[in-house]
Formats: sequence, C-alpha cells, structure tokens
Amino acid sequence: MFEYAPAPESRAIVDIKSSYGLFIDGKFTDGTGGRKTVNPATEEVLAEVTEAGEAEVNAAVAAARKAYSNVWGPMRGAERAKYLYRIARIVQERARELAVLESIDNGKPIRESRDVDLPLVAAHFFYYAGWADKLRHAGFGPEPRPIGVAGQVIPWNFPLLMLAWKIAPALACGNTVVLKPAETTPLTALAFAEICQQADLPPGVVNIITGGGETGRLLVEHPDVDKVAFTGSTEVGRAIAQSVAGTRKRVTLELGGKAANIVFDDAPIDQAVEGIVNGIFFNQGHVCCAGSRLLVQESVAEELLASLKRRMAQLRVGDPLDKNTDVGAINSAAQLDRIRELSAAGDEEGAQRWSPPCALPERGFWFAPTIFTGVTQAHRIAREEIFGPVLSVLTFRTPAEAVEKANNTPYGLSAGVWTEKGSRILRIADQLRAGVVWANTFNKFDPTSPFGGYKESGYGREGGRHGLEAYLAH
Amino acid sequence: MPTDRLAVKKTYKLYIGGAFPRSESGRSYEVRSAGGAFLANAALASRKDVRDAVKAARAAVGKWSGATAYNRGQILYRIAEMLEGRRAQFIAEVRDSEGGNKSSAEAAVDAAIDRWVWYAGWSDKLAQVYGNANPVAGPFFNLTVPEPTGVVGVVAPADSSLLGLVSVVAPVIVGGNTCVVLASPARPLPAITLAEVLATSDLPGGVVNLLTGQTAELGPWLAGHMDVNAVDLTGVDDHALARDLEVAAAANLKRVRRPAADDWAAEPALDRMLGYLEPKTVWHPKGI
Amino acid sequence: MTATVSALGDVARSDAALRAFLHGLPGVDQVGAEARAAMLGTRSIKTTAKAWAIDLAIRMVDLTTLEGADTPGKVQALCAKARRPDPADPSCPAVAAICVYPALVPTAAEALRGSGVHLASVATSFPSGQAPLDIRLADTRAAVSAGADEIDMVINRGAFLAGRYLEVFEEIAAVKEACGDAHLKVILETGELATYDNVRRASWLGMLAGGDFIKTSTGKVTPAATPPVTLVMLEAVRDFRAQTGRQVGVKPAGGIRTSKDAIKYLVMVNETVGDDWLDPDWFRFGASTLLNDLLMQRTKLATGRYEGPDYFTVD
Repeated sequence: MFEYAPAPESRAIVDIKSSYGLFIDGKFTDGTGGRKTVNPATEEVLAEVTEAGEAEVNAAVAAARKAYSNVWGPMRGAERAKYLYRIARIVQERARELAVLESIDNGKPIRESRDVDLPLVAAHFFYYAGWADKLRHAGFGPEPRPIGVAGQVIPWNFPLLMLAWKIAPALACGNTVVLKPAETTPLTALAFAEICQQADLPPGVVNIITGGGETGRLLVEHPDVDKVAFTGSTEVGRAIAQSVAGTRKRVTLELGGKAANIVFDDAPIDQAVEGIVNGIFFNQGHVCCAGSRLLVQESVAEELLASLKRRMAQLRVGDPLDKNTDVGAINSAAQLDRIRELSAAGDEEGAQRWSPPCALPERGFWFAPTIFTGVTQAHRIAREEIFGPVLSVLTFRTPAEAVEKANNTPYGLSAGVWTEKGSRILRIADQLRAGVVWANTFNKFDPTSPFGGYKESGYGREGGRHGLEAYLAH
Repeated sequence: MPTDRLAVKKTYKLYIGGAFPRSESGRSYEVRSAGGAFLANAALASRKDVRDAVKAARAAVGKWSGATAYNRGQILYRIAEMLEGRRAQFIAEVRDSEGGNKSSAEAAVDAAIDRWVWYAGWSDKLAQVYGNANPVAGPFFNLTVPEPTGVVGVVAPADSSLLGLVSVVAPVIVGGNTCVVLASPARPLPAITLAEVLATSDLPGGVVNLLTGQTAELGPWLAGHMDVNAVDLTGVDDHALARDLEVAAAANLKRVRRPAADDWAAEPALDRMLGYLEPKTVWHPKGI
Repeated sequence: MTATVSALGDVARSDAALRAFLHGLPGVDQVGAEARAAMLGTRSIKTTAKAWAIDLAIRMVDLTTLEGADTPGKVQALCAKARRPDPADPSCPAVAAICVYPALVPTAAEALRGSGVHLASVATSFPSGQAPLDIRLADTRAAVSAGADEIDMVINRGAFLAGRYLEVFEEIAAVKEACGDAHLKVILETGELATYDNVRRASWLGMLAGGDFIKTSTGKVTPAATPPVTLVMLEAVRDFRAQTGRQVGVKPAGGIRTSKDAIKYLVMVNETVGDDWLDPDWFRFGASTLLNDLLMQRTKLATGRYEGPDYFTVD
C-alpha cells in the first residue's frame, strides 16, 4: 500500500489576531467583537470579529461616498489601473499566506486555495486593472461613467475570489466599495484590507465591514448605496431584489444553481469522470455552478457509474492544510445540517446512496463524497441546491430528453456536456438555458470569461468585458 | 364618391398567438380621442388574457429564438415595409390618439417605421457587438454570445402610442425574445392596428402579443407570472405601482427595466436590447 | 488465438473488425488527460511515504544502456550496479532488470547469473523496427536463446499510422511466439503516435496481441515517456484487465531522470490502477540516470543531509 504521509502546509505563515475591527476609511476600527469565526476542520475559534451595526455601515458608506466624490471618481483611469496592478502584485507576493488563511477559515483544501483561488484572485485584479484606462473602448458608450458607491455582499465558498470578482471591476470603473464578507469567512477579506493599506489605496475606496445577515441588509438597503452586488443564495437574492424595488439602485445577483452535467455515450469517458468529480466535489461541492445533477445516457450509465465510484474511492478527504487533501471540511455546522437534511430526503424518496469508504475526522464539519443513483426529476435532491459534495444521478435516452431535463429547473447558471461529437456540443450548448456551458470540461474560470446565470440564478455577468457593465452608468 | 356612405368601423380586439380574440372576460372600454371624441370600444383584457398571452409567447420562443438572425432581421424589415404601406392610416390614428398637429403625427409614424429598419439591422450584429471571444489563460476555446432571455412583459409608454410602442417592442424581439405587451391604456388603438401589421409581416404568431386594458389591473399578473423572464416597466407612470411590480417580478428574479423618461425621437441606446439578452459563455478544450 | 482475444470476441479476425474495435474505444481529451496528470503531479510525498516510494522505484528500474558505443566492459559494470546499486548500503534493493542490445545479452547474462535481476533485451531491429519481419523474429529468438528473459520490442509505427492494424497485431503476436517463456514488452513509441487516441489504440493493440507489458518509448525519440501518456496507458491496462481478466504491465521509458519524477509516476499508478500495479512485476521505469538520483535521495532521507554525485558510482 502506498500510504501518503501527512504533508501539512505550515500554519506558521499566517498571523491571526485574536480580534478584528472594521476597515473603514483606510483604518481599522477597534474590534468590538460580536461574532466568532471558527476553523471548520477543527471547530477551533480563530478570531473574534466585529458585528457592524447601523452606525458602522453608515460610516463605511460615508467614507466610500467621500472617496468616490473627492478622489477615486475623478482620478484618471491610468492611475486607478496602477493601484489595481499594485494590489494584484501584493496578492501574488502574499499568495501562500492568503491560501493558508483561506483554507483555515473556509475548510477548503490547500491544493485548491493555492492552485485555484489565489492565482485567480491575482489574475482578476490584473485583468480589470488593464480596463481602468480603456473603458471607452469597452462598448458601453463613448463616455462611460462610474455609478458611485457599491455595496457588495459575498459568500463563504470562495471568500477572497468572490471579493476579487466584486472589487476589481468596481474599482476599475471608478466606483468605491463597501464589502461585507460572509459571516463564517471574514479573515481573508480583512487581510485584503491590509493589502489595500500596503498598496496605499486612498482611504475610503475600499471598506470592509464584517457581520451577519443584518449587516448585509443594512448595507444593501442603505440609501446612499448606488449599486448592489450580491453573490449567495437565491432566497437572499430575491429579498434583495425586492428591497431595492422602486429605488435607483442598480443590482447584479449571482445566485444558486442546479447544473446538469450531461454525459453522452460517446464521451471521452476518463475525462468525463474527472469532470464529474471536479464538477461536484471541487470545493466540497460548495459551488453555485457545481455539476450537481449528472445526466448520463442510459446506454453507458452502468459503465460510467462504475468508473465514477472507482474514482471517488481515490478522493482524499481530511485536513484542509494537507497538500494531498482533495475534499476538505464543510464550511459550517449550519451547512452540514442542510446537506444532511437533503441527503436524508434523498434516502426517504427512494434514491440509492453511495459513498466510498472514508474515515472522517472526529472534530469539525465533515461529509463524505456521496452519490445518489436512481434519482428522478421529481426528487428534492434533483431540484434543490444542496451546496455540498452530493451528486444526483439521472439517466436519459435521447439528446432531446437530456436538454429537457437539464432545463427543467428554475435555475440556469451552468451546465456541462460531454461528447466527442462537435456538432452535438454546439447544438446542445445552444439549447441549454444556462449562462456558462462547459463542454468536455467543467468548473473552469478565468477573469476574461463572463460568468452568471439565467432565470433564478440571478442577473448580470462577472468577468470579462461583460463584467464591466454592472459598474458603469447607463 | 358619395359622401353619405356609412363607414365600416373596426372592432379592436386583442392580439394573442397570432390571432385577434376578444377578451375572454367579454369586457371592453371606451377609448376617446385626445379631444374627447369617442373612437372605439377596445377590449379590456383580464388576467386570463395575460395568462393566455404568456402561454402563446412561451410557445413562440423556440421558433423565434431558433430562427437565424438574418431571418429575424428580414422579418423586422418586413414590418417596416408593411407599416410604410399603411402610413396614412397610422398618421390618422396617432393624431386621433395623441392629438397634436399633422406634422407631429407624421414625424412619429415615420420615426416608427425607421425604428423598425434600425432594429432590423441589429439582429445579425448583436452577437458581434455584444459577444466576445475570451482569451482565457489555458488551452480552451471560450466564446460568449448573447441569447434571448425568453418571454418579456412590456408595459408600453402611455403617451407615445406608436413610436413609443415600437421603441420598446422592437428591441425586445430583435434578439429572439417574445413578448406580452400592455398597450397604452388611454391610447391603445394604434397598437392594435400595429398588431395587424405584425400579423401580415411573416412574424410568427405569439412573438408579439398585445393586450389593451388597465396597467394597474394587468401589470401585477404579468410581473408576477413565473413563466415570464423579464419585464419592461417603461410605461408605468405610477411610482408606487412600479415598485409593486418590481417586487412581484422578484418572485422569479425577472430582469427588470425600471420606468424612466426616454426621448423616443432620438436614436436608441443599446441597453434596451442588451437588458433582455443573456450572455452565454461556452468553454471547450483545444486539443488533438 | 490468445485467450484474451476470445474474451472480447475475435476482434482480430480481420483488419475491419480490429479497426472497428480500436476506433470504438472511448476518445481521450488531451486537455483533460494532461490536467489530470498534472494534478497528480502536485501530490506531496514526504518522509516515510517518500522512503517507501524510492525503494519501490529502485526495484522497478530497468537499468538501461542502449548506445552504439556499448561494450562488454560497460555492460558488466552496469550489471554490478544493478545487483548492488549502493555498495555502501546493503539494505538498498537491486533493480528489476538490465536492458541492453541483443549483442550484449551473453555478457549481461553472465554478469547477472544468480542475482535475481532480470535481463531484458531490446529486439526486433530496435529502435526503428524497420527490418523484414523474419529478421526481427530472428533477432528476438537470438536474444532469448542468449539468456534474455524479457524482450522489449518496437511496434511497426508505419503500419499503425497507415491504419494496417492487423499487420501490427500479427507482428506482435509473432514476436510473442518467438519469445517463448520470455516476457514481452511492447514499445509503442508514443512520441511518434502523435495523439492520445492513438496511444490508447496502440495500447489495446499491444495487449490484444499478447504483450505482457506496454512500454512508452525507445528513448531514441522525443518526447519519450510523459505523465499523460503513461496515464492513458495505465487506463488502458486497467480497462483491459476489467474486460479480459488479464493484467498487463506498464513501462514508461526515457526522460525520467529524478526521484521527484519517478514518485509522480508512482502516485499516478497508485491513483489510477492501484496496489496491484505497484510492483516491479507490473510497473517498470526504463532509465539510466534515474537510479543515481534515487540513490542520492535515499541517502538524503537516511542521513538528513543533501548528497553529492561523487559519492555514487557513475556506472
């Protein structure tokens, strides 16, 4: 037996303070506590962070407004660009530290935070930095203007990457921001605040406030916020869409998904299996665009499932800081409850559950990689977003049936297609009602490539030239 | 010509799925000219007419969005041709509806015809202007193309009975969407006459569905309908109603275009088209 | 006809049947296969796992010399090294085999007698294979009769690329027969096959025709062994065993020079085909300079200090 010895990334590289304040107008306030953030792999309390209330939200928005009016809005694009390039460079310089911090606070494997999250964070700032002085060429009018103050609320699944997706285009276009990281993963956003200081970013251009749902609501509903950007659940997105009704606020929402990953009988099977695994077990399945519904052509279902199970047995579940871990910890107790509840519903509705044998740590929040076979469109696990390492397997007979089932959901964020037949890919991609279609690949991201959903997966796009539209005045 | 001949008057009905039904409710309402003269009894559409119209619009999505952009452009141009042929009729109807002098009505009708021509030309350029090849950092083909969002509910402007109407409908359908349009409640007659033009322009039935009636009554059903993908609230003048409709639209995260003043005579901005398009990004590996 | 072929039906009954079978194999997406291989290359193998892997890798080395300048003296030295790779450390295992040209088989056989180290000979007009079949078969028989217990043959890439699959099949089968009891390693020369689809097809062809091992390369063509090529071959032997019950070994050869590289291959074996192939009977490295790097890393692990090449024999 080839047993891999533990290969832990060193924690010594990060310096977590016991308490954090808010980052407003270029300075950290004194921490007043109110909320603890824990390491989901161990349940160890990492730090106490401040619960921002109305006064703090007001102060942050006021700082952003002042910076917008006096400094950032009037600044030449070329100068804004240089600040963003600086930030990108500092992110690269501190990438290892930030990756470790992300894995500790979020529970994701260090391999992913190191090889996916952090490189994409830096790339995102590099990409949008370059737009800052070229906006008139972006196709959104000859004299594009910023909108003003952006209130941004981001989720816990890719804490720093979602921050980058929000802040980079906002700043490139000349807006200032108040950003609230998720309540369970505030630490990399607070580290990013330090990066803003290191980059000498003018005070108030970026403000980071921590807190829970109420803090987010205060920010989104603040009358002096011109633009709201939210990534998270469809439920909260809907509430935001309602709360901004009748106001001047511009909104972009990147919400849930229940993506179909369609595998045809002529698929490159080994790569399809990798794609299925990457589609649902990447980041513990805490991915809005996860390929959570496997639609496999009935004629190859048995063979494919055998391969998938064999491959799943190779997944290494455990310590997020171990460099060989493939699947880390579930981000929170609440999310673990949700995954358990929906999985139990799968059992109750008669689907067959399978997980590879894998020993889970005793402390922390863990869920073994799981597939359910015998699932139909009527099952809850085929309709509701589980947001965990749980794959629902359905079969189809014809391309038309595959498309019909894939589109039979209120969501429309992403989809996958696996076939060696080029014309089929293009036709199916046309028919899928999803903002991102991965053909013979899955869960690929790039700052140049627009991302966002149809239907209840939200509106607006992030990334690419299209990502500028959300931050420019019409 | 004998002057004592009694004119044959038109019954103004709804336009749903390519047909001209009366309201299922059997109701109608009086439409008067800008000067207060009786013009016609228009159908007073009900929530069930909204339901039927959405169903027709949904059924038309596949064929219309699946048509080639060239084909859609030809059909939009055909609409301009048909409208031109009825220019005099529209000038009269617009003047009846909106008042004003003959030249302002002529200007509005001419602009409406030209607007169809303008949008006709956009059909096969949208993907080029609003699409992108994305140079991702890896061996992948990566293309973003705009696709129609689906069924769009449109509250047409209350004032500009033809030009305003054309200016909100054409940008919706040019990209492959279908729509359910609530015509100006007080000035609905040019809209129904426009429907006759649409019906004879090779535009598939159901792509544009026109309802006449009260915005306050129909708007909530349209904005709250779970099979509608977007709403254009341009013609909602009442701020409280606009807010309510936006709230209702949030039930299924419709794309919402809020009411805002627009200069119908000016060349349109692109965002009327772009707001109803979904950029779709397709990835594929490049290998041998 | 071999038993394995009958398990799949007689796929080699005609060129058409063989073509239909090979072209019916699932495709390989280049980008996906390379991404998977690269991901496995990020595994961090440390301490006890590393020590275990290095010893296994030493035991899997086919210590190779295939130069025009090879002499009996050179081969004798290499055989000594094969038997006792690290004279300073008797706990260091011997390598799996020596791999030489047919002319040097008698010398090697003599030098390896009683050691348990296998003796592999390249044959079939290595490395091009461009000789008449009877000459290639005679080459094989000569090597076996001189004492080789493993034969590394090259497939007829010209015939393969021209689509004459049955010809390639029959040649391999004929060489297999000429091998007698000797194990046959079928060199695909993947660097000349150009695509992973071809690598998969050639792998199956080699296995269907009776090869005991499939081997990436002669070492005379660039690129030689690469992780994704080896991954595709491992998938092929895995699927072949699932369908026929017969296990076939894999030998990447050429270009593997460091312990780090070798361990990446072992990780790939571990996570693609598992334990059953983590054995010198089923996985080999065709290499020459790799051995010294393995020895240096082995000593570094034992002593805790970095080593210098002067402390390891150059043969």
